[in-house]
Amino acid sequence: MRGPATFLALASLLAVTAALGVFLGGSALPARDIVDALLHPGGDGMAQTVVWQLRIPRVLRALVVGSSLAGCGVVFQAVLRNPLAEPYTLGVSAGGALGAAIAIMAGLSGIPMVALCFAGCFLSISAVLAMSTFRDFSTSTIILSGVVLSFLLSSVIMFIFSVASSREVHASVLWLMGSLGGTDALSLPALLAAMLPLLFGLLALARDMNLISLGDEKAHLLGLSPGALKLLLLGLASLVTGLCVAVAGIIGFVGLIVPHAMRPMAGADHQRLMPAAMLAGGVFLLLSDTLAQVVLRPYELPVGVITGIAGGVFFLAYLLRSSPPEVI
Amino acid sequence: MTGLTAERIRAGYQDRPVVDDVSFEVEPRSIFGLIGPNGSGKTTLFKCMCGLLRPFSGTIRLGGEDVSRIPRRRLARMAAFIPQVHAVTFPYTVEEYVLMGRYPHRGRLSAFTREDHAIVDETMEMLRIDHVRRQRIQRLSGGEMQRVFLACGLVQRPEILLMDEPTAHLDIGHQVRLLTMLRTLSAERGLTVLVTLHDLNLAGLYCTSLALLDRGRIHARGTPGEVITRDTIEHVYGLRSQVACDPYLNRPHVYFLGSCERENGES
Repeated sequence: MRGPATFLALASLLAVTAALGVFLGGSALPARDIVDALLHPGGDGMAQTVVWQLRIPRVLRALVVGSSLAGCGVVFQAVLRNPLAEPYTLGVSAGGALGAAIAIMAGLSGIPMVALCFAGCFLSISAVLAMSTFRDFSTSTIILSGVVLSFLLSSVIMFIFSVASSREVHASVLWLMGSLGGTDALSLPALLAAMLPLLFGLLALARDMNLISLGDEKAHLLGLSPGALKLLLLGLASLVTGLCVAVAGIIGFVGLIVPHAMRPMAGADHQRLMPAAMLAGGVFLLLSDTLAQVVLRPYELPVGVITGIAGGVFFLAYLLRSSPPEVI
Repeated sequence: MTGLTAERIRAGYQDRPVVDDVSFEVEPRSIFGLIGPNGSGKTTLFKCMCGLLRPFSGTIRLGGEDVSRIPRRRLARMAAFIPQVHAVTFPYTVEEYVLMGRYPHRGRLSAFTREDHAIVDETMEMLRIDHVRRQRIQRLSGGEMQRVFLACGLVQRPEILLMDEPTAHLDIGHQVRLLTMLRTLSAERGLTVLVTLHDLNLAGLYCTSLALLDRGRIHARGTPGEVITRDTIEHVYGLRSQVACDPYLNRPHVYFLGSCERENGES
């Protein structure tokens, strides 16, 4: 049984990386102090503050954002029937970032900011979808249009920042490259409260995603209305991506690498692939974030740099390995 | 027992009708063959019959009910449509793919039952694909792939099975085995089968009745002997032929003699 073994392995990996994330961070604290802080949460010592105010929230943020991005990758891939689709390659994250940039310039945060991020994401995916259905694009052309859209939106964002004052720009550019350090825009409890129901919603639609991934005609013949369901899935995934962007900026390729790595292990059936990808996405992003804090200590790398390198290498390897993409 | 009737169907895409004034009746438990040249409207008719395309006018009735009024999930339990072999994007295993045929019988959140798995197992055994059940669909040969698609349709437990050119891309051995299997299903399970075929001899051999489409209209319909004649073949396909009758099976057999010299050249 590959199913239960995979999930057991992922769960143990999750526990190990979470521990790693708590014990390793931007500052080198002795392990004994960290254990002490974990056992006595109430205190106001340095270790207690670091562990309870910084590291644990950051670990949770990385897990949630990683799970969400990987889950969105699976959703976009199934709906577009495109193994290279994910929030970053489709330009969905960039759309969300434009929304966030506008929000920052307007001094908005919280729900209005998330709403702008969602609007940006949803408009981007709608644009890509409209282009692909209008001209009946192939797998790689859809991705190309997503990448082009991404460039376009990034230029608009740069334009906005270049006409804004420099102090705002510095913070925003860093955040745009992806950071799990947390923003004032959205608190961790608010993020969890918004994201968890959405993720469970996507999990509940896993079986329908199987039918959707066979194409509109087949889905229809097996008793489903593909149009409404695709809209629902894309809407939910846009909302999830929007929340991710609002809280952590653009973090690329998590939604691409993780589902691909999970398919051979958990299978293509979305009822197993979705939960496996969500678990693995959390693990992957948390590991990347811990690495980003540790490699050049005391300097912290944007986590997007780590996932970008991993994703770029993966993307290239994929393109070289399968000249006609994984479609018969 | 569910049969199917088409009454004066006019259908097509945008405003352009592809088929016009087409009526026929498919008897329960029969194997009904739709034949005709490329572009004569076979696939368009098929799409109407399984609810993918709404005719401009006319009705298709399944067991007396108007197909366009049957809710999708119920329709999926009554009729299974097997499209031509097509690409499957994701590496589903054979078993995962076939199991999807049970979705119309189960709610969104209810798990598959032992019965579902039993039906899937039995169907895969019958179609001799149980030895590849854990293989990815992409790794299969054309013949196996066609059987996997058929299995997915059969586990829907339909009363009527529609197959669009099931023998395309199959070698003659697989073609005959597939059609024999359809005949067995029809005889033993009371399944009504509707197929489109290009090979007139196979159509004559395996179908209980035929309808010959020509440029969107029915040119002839009836028993194979009535439909496959020298005249109809000359008129619809523009081919000279000799049609013999198999003395044992009492089925027509066509010997093609070449193209007719038509005044207008190719139509």
